[in-house]
Amino acid sequence: MTVLNQQRVNNTHNHLSNPKTYPPGQHVVTGNQSAAIGAFLSGVQVVAAYPITPQSPVVEELAKFIEEGELPAEFVPVESEHSAMGVCIGASIAGARVFTATCANGLAYMCEQLHWASGSRLPIVMACVNRAMAAPWSVLNDQQDSMSQRDAGWIQLFCKDNQEIIDTVIQAYRIAEKVYLPVMVCYDGYILSHTVMPIEVPDGNKVKKFLPPYIPHTPIDISKPVNINPVTLADPRLNADGVLCHGYMEHKYLHHQSLRNSLKIIEEIDIEYKDIFGRSLGGLFSEYKTDDADVVIICAGSLSKMCTLVIDMLREQNVPIGLVSLRAYRPFPNQKLSVALKNKKLILTIDKSLSYGYQGPICIDIKSSLFESGISSTVISFVAGLGGRDIKPYEIAEKAYDYWNKFNKKELTNEIIYESQWINCKY
Amino acid sequence: MNTRDCGHIISASSPAKGEAGKTGEWRTQRPVLNEAKCLAVRANKDICFQCWAFCPEGAIERKPGGPIDLTYCKGCGICAQICPADAIQMESEYDSPESTKSE
Repeated sequence: MTVLNQQRVNNTHNHLSNPKTYPPGQHVVTGNQSAAIGAFLSGVQVVAAYPITPQSPVVEELAKFIEEGELPAEFVPVESEHSAMGVCIGASIAGARVFTATCANGLAYMCEQLHWASGSRLPIVMACVNRAMAAPWSVLNDQQDSMSQRDAGWIQLFCKDNQEIIDTVIQAYRIAEKVYLPVMVCYDGYILSHTVMPIEVPDGNKVKKFLPPYIPHTPIDISKPVNINPVTLADPRLNADGVLCHGYMEHKYLHHQSLRNSLKIIEEIDIEYKDIFGRSLGGLFSEYKTDDADVVIICAGSLSKMCTLVIDMLREQNVPIGLVSLRAYRPFPNQKLSVALKNKKLILTIDKSLSYGYQGPICIDIKSSLFESGISSTVISFVAGLGGRDIKPYEIAEKAYDYWNKFNKKELTNEIIYESQWINCKY
Repeated sequence: MNTRDCGHIISASSPAKGEAGKTGEWRTQRPVLNEAKCLAVRANKDICFQCWAFCPEGAIERKPGGPIDLTYCKGCGICAQICPADAIQMESEYDSPESTKSE
C-alpha cells in the first residue's frame, strides 16, 4: 500500500465508534435513509450524486452527515449523473471508498460511465432506487431502469425490505472490493424508498472489522505514473516495458470471469455477515416453501416480500406453491437456480420490467437457465406494476391459482406460453 | 501467445515512447525537419521544443533538432502544425526514397 493510502486508512472510520444520529440498535427509517446509513457505516470517503426522485433523500441524508461533520468524507456536488459517476470513477481510482445513488433517467444518463466504472474494475457502490423509465414521464416504481443496465458489467443486487438495504450496502463494499467490480444496490422506489420500517442499525465497530480497508488494484503513485485505460487494441501486444499485455478481449474475459466468480463470493460474504450480525440475506436468492412445491413464483425486490403472503394464501387453498426471491440478478445464479427449480412443474415469473418485443428479463433468464440443465418446466411470464401500477396480493394469487388449474387441465395455449401475461392492465 | 503473466486486471501502461505499440506502421506521411528554420538549432539552445511538447507519441527527443523516431511517429502532423518557425514539413510516405511502403 502506498504512503498516501496508509494515511487515509488511519484517518478514516473514527466516526464509527460513536455515531450521533443513528447509534447501533433499532431505528424506524425509510429505505433511502437505510441506504445512507449503510454508506455512512461503510466509511465512504467520497460521495458524488445528483438528486433525482425518488433517490434524492439518500443524497440529502449523506450531505447532512458530511456537512454536520459526522462523516469525514468529501461531498462533490455535480451538474449531472454522468458527472456523478465520473467523479466516483476518479475518486475510486485514487483509492477512496465511494458511494453514489441514482435511478431511472439518471441511471440511463450515466450509462456510458457505468461501462467505464466496470471496465476499470472499480469497487463503486451505487444505490439504484428503481423507477419507471420515461417516456411517458413517471416518477413511480418499476424495475425497468436497472434491468436496462443489465449488461453494463455491474453486480446487481435486489433488496426486499429496508433492513436488506442497509445490510446489502455494507455487504456490497466487501463484495466489490474483493472482486474489483462495481455493485448496484437496487430497491423499489416509494415502496421501500419512502416507506418507514423498523431496522436494526449494526455496530459501526463491527462493520469496520467486517470491511477491511480498500486497496486499489492499481495504486496511484506520483513517482511512477501510469496511463489507465489507454487505447487497447484487439490483440495482445508488448508494452513499452517489453511485457506482453492483454488485448481488449482478454480484459473483457477477465471482467466476465470475475463477475462469474462473484457468485461464490456473494454467498460466502453473506454467510460471514450472518456470523457477525446475525442476519442472512439469502446469498444469491432465497426460497420460501419451495421444498414440496410444484408451482414456483419467481420475482425480485419488494414484490417478493409481498409474494410470501400470496404463497400463504394459496397454501390454504391446497395449491402446492413456493417462492424464489432473486437477490443477485447479475451475476445470474443459473446453475443454482436450475437445481432449486428441479422437478417444478409450473414456474411463474413476475417482472416489473419488460424486454420490449419479447418477455420479462427475469423470465428470459429463468428459461435459459432451465434449458442448460435440460429441465422442461412450463414457464409463464407475468408483467406487473409498470409505472407504479399497484400490485395486490389477491391479484397475484388469483392468477397463480387460475394458471395452475389451466396447467392441470392442459389448457395452457400458445398465447399464454409464448406471450407475456399483463396483470391488472386495463387496456 | 499468453498474456496471463502481465499482472494487470485493467488496461494500463507506463507513459513512454511506444506505449501504444509500433505506431510508425500507421504512417502515410512523415515529418521532415528543416534545420535552417528550427529555432532551437539556429540558436543552439534548449528553447522552443513545441514539437516535443505536443507530440502525442513522445517520438521527438528534447534537444535542438532532436531526431524524430520514425518507429513510433504515426505521421499525425501535429508537430508540423504547432512549429512556430514552420520548420517541419509533412511529406508523403510513398514518395520518400527511404520509405519501405508501396502503394
